[in-house]
Amino acid sequence: MTEPTATRVHFYQVGSFAVGNRLLSADDRTVQSNPARTNSIDSGHRACQGCGEALGARYALDAAMRATNDRLVAVNATGCLEVFSTPYPETSWRIPWLHSLFGNAPAVATGVAAAMRVKGRDDVRVVGQAGDGGTVDIGFGTLSGMFERNDDVLFICYDNEGYMNTGVQRSAATPPAARTATTDVVGPEPGNVFGQGKDLPRIAMAHDIPYVATATVADLHDLERKVERAMEVRGARYLHVLVPCPLGWGSASSDTVRLARLATESGLFPVFEAEDGVVTGARRIRRRVGVEEYLRPQRRFAHLFNGAGRPDVVARLQAMADANIERYGLAPDEEE
Amino acid sequence: MERPFAITLDVGSSRANHTGSWRVERPVYVDRLPPCNDACPAGENIQRWLYHAESGDYENAWHTLVEENPLPAIMGRVCFHPCETACNRAQVDEAVGINAVERFLGDTALAHGWSLPAPGPATGRKVLVVGAGPAGLSAAYHLRRRGHAVRLVDSAPRLGGMLRYGIPAYRLPRDVLDAEIARIVNMGVEVGLNETVTDIAAAREAAGADAVFLAVGAQLGKRVSIPAGDSAKVIDAVSFLHQVADDDPPLLGRRVVVYGGGDTALDAARTAKRLGATDAVIVYRRNREKMPAHAEEVEQALGEGVTVRWLSTIERFEGERLVIEKMALNAEGFPEATGEFEELDADALVLALGQDTDLSLLAGSEVAVADGVVQVVDSMMTDVPGIFAGGDAAPSNRTATVAVGHGKRAARGIDAYLAGRVDERPARHALAEAGRLNTWYYADAPRTERPELERIRRQTNFEEVIGGLTEDNALFEARRCLSCGNCFECDNCFGVCPDNAVMKLGPGERYAFNYDFCKGCGICVAECPCGAIEMVPERI
Repeated sequence: MTEPTATRVHFYQVGSFAVGNRLLSADDRTVQSNPARTNSIDSGHRACQGCGEALGARYALDAAMRATNDRLVAVNATGCLEVFSTPYPETSWRIPWLHSLFGNAPAVATGVAAAMRVKGRDDVRVVGQAGDGGTVDIGFGTLSGMFERNDDVLFICYDNEGYMNTGVQRSAATPPAARTATTDVVGPEPGNVFGQGKDLPRIAMAHDIPYVATATVADLHDLERKVERAMEVRGARYLHVLVPCPLGWGSASSDTVRLARLATESGLFPVFEAEDGVVTGARRIRRRVGVEEYLRPQRRFAHLFNGAGRPDVVARLQAMADANIERYGLAPDEEE
Repeated sequence: MERPFAITLDVGSSRANHTGSWRVERPVYVDRLPPCNDACPAGENIQRWLYHAESGDYENAWHTLVEENPLPAIMGRVCFHPCETACNRAQVDEAVGINAVERFLGDTALAHGWSLPAPGPATGRKVLVVGAGPAGLSAAYHLRRRGHAVRLVDSAPRLGGMLRYGIPAYRLPRDVLDAEIARIVNMGVEVGLNETVTDIAAAREAAGADAVFLAVGAQLGKRVSIPAGDSAKVIDAVSFLHQVADDDPPLLGRRVVVYGGGDTALDAARTAKRLGATDAVIVYRRNREKMPAHAEEVEQALGEGVTVRWLSTIERFEGERLVIEKMALNAEGFPEATGEFEELDADALVLALGQDTDLSLLAGSEVAVADGVVQVVDSMMTDVPGIFAGGDAAPSNRTATVAVGHGKRAARGIDAYLAGRVDERPARHALAEAGRLNTWYYADAPRTERPELERIRRQTNFEEVIGGLTEDNALFEARRCLSCGNCFECDNCFGVCPDNAVMKLGPGERYAFNYDFCKGCGICVAECPCGAIEMVPERI
């Protein structure tokens, strides 16, 4: 049985859940609550309104900057994050940042880490980052190699469950039943099919690398703690962050954080961490909701609720959530 | 400048790209009226004083509190806290224990000897305050703060009005009462005790007062004609409680019946029990749901062994025998006689059937009276310029807290009248509704209850029944406040903006939007715990 991730409750109105609080000690506040945070990705980037990826990248990289005393190099795969942050000749990056190809970010990150080792700069740390397309599909071969060699890189996947900047095509991280440009709402099983796709955190764990974790933009304290933990470890590390996409999911731009929260509170997106291939902690559900509450605000699932709807499909998704809750021990305390 | 091979432009920052132009709606910070403040009859800024208490700054919290109400240790005991009834936290777990924190602050202030604000610079104007209950005391305080001289008169030998003569000591210990009254008197209030005003105009003249505040309360117990034999002992509850307060309790015997269903009836029954009555029975014509007394008082009284004959009226009292008639509620919920009679042994009957106000001092004046109370406008002024009225003598639901609020409003009205201004109340913010909160962010924290005195000890003495909170408890309780509708600097907006378009301005200064880059996504609005941001359409 797994231990719940420690959540300290201070009763400072919102101390344990909100970004900051005037009554918390500096150590208990998040990096994001600090006006002197790096803002690794600057204002003026061209991400859509309410972009979860822009938010997730700033959360993760600002935390990594603090953890490494600002000695950080980021290597970026092709994808939304690269496109919206660096239209020539502008850049939003306020940290050393490289972009090469869609599929080779883990290999380039490995190269940067090797170069630092040769130069004796063990103070400089390397982060590789990509969207789910660059991670689970196109960059998967080089990522697996990076894991297998245990190269000293933290690889972060910002998972918005599809190829969004090219027009919302399916990736191997797109959930079943979701409508994308390539999984249309036709036939008896509309949207993306069940039984396909890759669960990359578990694949990463299968490489027995020192640290694997998942997080979302809805729990900042948890995300920052995991980045910090990852930076305490040498070798290949993997962080998988759920970042809702208003464009591709067909959701309100104001719902980005809320949807990430509902994804975890429904059990569809388990938040956990693992060391050396073994799950060591999971974030328990606090206010359990059915998957419908998560699915309904998203137009990519609208066909499940139009007219008579597809309660059978919703039930299959609920079964997936229930299986996650069972597998990772996510049930709230009172249900134990 | 030399550039690398194939590079024709220097590196530029994306800050050149003002994404604010994408926006069709903009977020703006707002302040809303918290439901506790909205519900407080004394007009306290509860959320604000809780804010200071949350950081352990009790002195600042207390000073904020007494800006509006100079009697927190008293109110923390006797107020029926409509603030808690209105509290949005009740919809999350349980209402914040505002009343308990108020008492903690009041008691802490008395223990440390914190002083009320100094009187304002003398204006040379004088106000006569008739009646030294909560309304008169509150008016005297607020008038002194505005620099007016105050003469406070009362027909009783001691100050406090119904706080002293109506509320038993087990609910309001006399040392607390005396200490909070003394603090107001020490602001330079001229006091006249044992002074009964019989003619308002003459008293105004004699005092050389520019204005009068009439706060004589409702001191007359209502009488009903109940056929009673010569030997039957009948007393009204107001007189009974008054005599007990004067340390001269009447001898009522061992079986005391109280007639009525309000808070005074409960006070009378609980007091009789403490004076040695073995049976203290309340006779009330309707049922428990319809009883006007506050539920927690009923609970405490029943716990002390007071019993209630629901749905009963008293027919006659023949010496040691009381004949009561059973009632039944009709379809409209009104009690109707059933013709069924019962007998009850009783040594004395206490009537607690409401109170009237003695307005004989208005005879010959132009002050309008209707339904037994003085008619006033919003500034608490009567038909006669310069004569104001409040508390139980004016239209109100007759609680001490309402009286304190009346006193404050009258002081403001008098101040405006003396300056020849029209008294205008500031516009109220829109209410902070529970639906605007994002309750996800609030930690689950159940309420701290105040300790209650053991029941056995309550049977025989006037020791205070409800204890106070410890500092730890009070701090915890204050921190349960959700800060509905007003920013409390949780940094959420600053954190959740994907465009770094929220600027943090430093402690106490809150935040501002950088509209050059705000794309108008609305995440800050959705994730603000207390509903202090809203989206408004951009003007195009």
